Amino acid sequence: MSPPLHIGFIPLVDAAALIVAVDKGFAAEEGLDVTLVREVSWSNVRDKLNIGLFDAAHLLAPVAIASSLGIGHLKVPIAVPFNLAINGNAITVSPALHAAIMAELDGDRFDPMATARALGRVVAARRKRGAEPITFAITFPFSTHNYQLRFWMGAGGVDPDEDVRLVVLPPPFMAQALEGAQIDGFCVAGPWSCIPVDRGVGRILHFVSDILVRAAEKVLAMRQSWVDRNPQAVAALIRAVSRGAGFVEQDRTETARILAHPERVGVVPRSSCDL
Amino acid sequence: MLWIGSRTEQAMGVESSPKIVIVDESPVRAAILEEGLREAGYTEVVHIGEMQSLLARIYALDPDIIVIDLENPSRDSLEQMFQVSRAVRRPIAMFVDQSDTASIQASVDAGVSAYIVDGLKKERIKPILDLCVSRFNAFAKLQNELDRTKHALEERKVIDRAKGVLMKVKGLTEEEAYVLMRSTAMREKKKIGEIAQSILTASELLK
Repeated sequence: MSPPLHIGFIPLVDAAALIVAVDKGFAAEEGLDVTLVREVSWSNVRDKLNIGLFDAAHLLAPVAIASSLGIGHLKVPIAVPFNLAINGNAITVSPALHAAIMAELDGDRFDPMATARALGRVVAARRKRGAEPITFAITFPFSTHNYQLRFWMGAGGVDPDEDVRLVVLPPPFMAQALEGAQIDGFCVAGPWSCIPVDRGVGRILHFVSDILVRAAEKVLAMRQSWVDRNPQAVAALIRAVSRGAGFVEQDRTETARILAHPERVGVVPRSSCDL
Repeated sequence: MLWIGSRTEQAMGVESSPKIVIVDESPVRAAILEEGLREAGYTEVVHIGEMQSLLARIYALDPDIIVIDLENPSRDSLEQMFQVSRAVRRPIAMFVDQSDTASIQASVDAGVSAYIVDGLKKERIKPILDLCVSRFNAFAKLQNELDRTKHALEERKVIDRAKGVLMKVKGLTEEEAYVLMRSTAMREKKKIGEIAQSILTASELLK
């Protein structure tokens, strides 16, 4: 057995390969003693990885780059030897905003460019009558959600810094904020897009995969210095997580059951969106 | 890294006490921290325990230093607020001293983090952060002691109930029932509380 490893994660479906690797015993079979630590914020995951309380982490791909460049926090070179997820985000809006966009639509409702242009007209109309700007939530400043949402609305002529308000909310709080009308829409990974749909308080406008094909999402991140010192543990962990990813592909029912545990994602697998 | 910008220490008034905002959903811990800061001579301390209107309140208070507990899910929202410079009057950044990773580690270990306005000198932040770390640790110690005491009380109740079961089923005295549980615990290398719990579970099943 190697020395115990502590790996941080945020409760999201795209941590599945990592969670399955540990909970199905694949990591243990590789001789690794892994403790998964569920965190409440990306800031915490980043800080604990950077200062060495975590050996590895489920991390937003852009945070790995920000840490390596020393933007927003300590400059700590981060290595990303395994990609945990491609895509998986969706843009979800309130039924009211959905209706407003549909009313302004001049093309196919599944065409992100058409909806972005329609959003531009909704924004202009609201400004004209002096209404509050539309508020979208993202999960973190250095996140694919931030960039993807900006990319989508920017393509339709909406300036994300001037025309709308962008706020940060932890993923598990998104549905409630949408229901309470604190926000009009958000961009987040599963399962948090499906919950407002199930409750009838949100509509999925686009899967981001309709906008960007094969965008890196969450990564398995480690400090470069730790990778250099522990090549065997890194290789063993990659084997275990890779096997976990294979398992996720093969057995989604069992995967959903594992993720449903309160110490993991903590959402029961009964949702209108497929895992 | 300290945010170095246009604002100088003089412009903010070196003599005045910095305005400190404590963002913590635990009222007890916040009170312990607030008391410590006041004792140390920091007079302007405000506690925010309600996360609903957090950003608006911080904007209105315009603090020099924000202290937040790491279990608070609002932390990511704060980071965003500080990234978007228009959202606050003065640029704020996380207090990170690249040359002093030990103190960063101590603060994360204790579960507290600090954000500061641009221009505030490291020498002024350090004692405040050190105080927060020691108070957070003191609170955690109290919490552990409380948890242990609660657990001990619970265990005591379980043992008493198990004693009752043994006395009734096996016709033992209280003393004999206790001795039987203790010797079983020693033989099986378990805690007496675990043996007592097994007796209660078994007696439930056999009802």
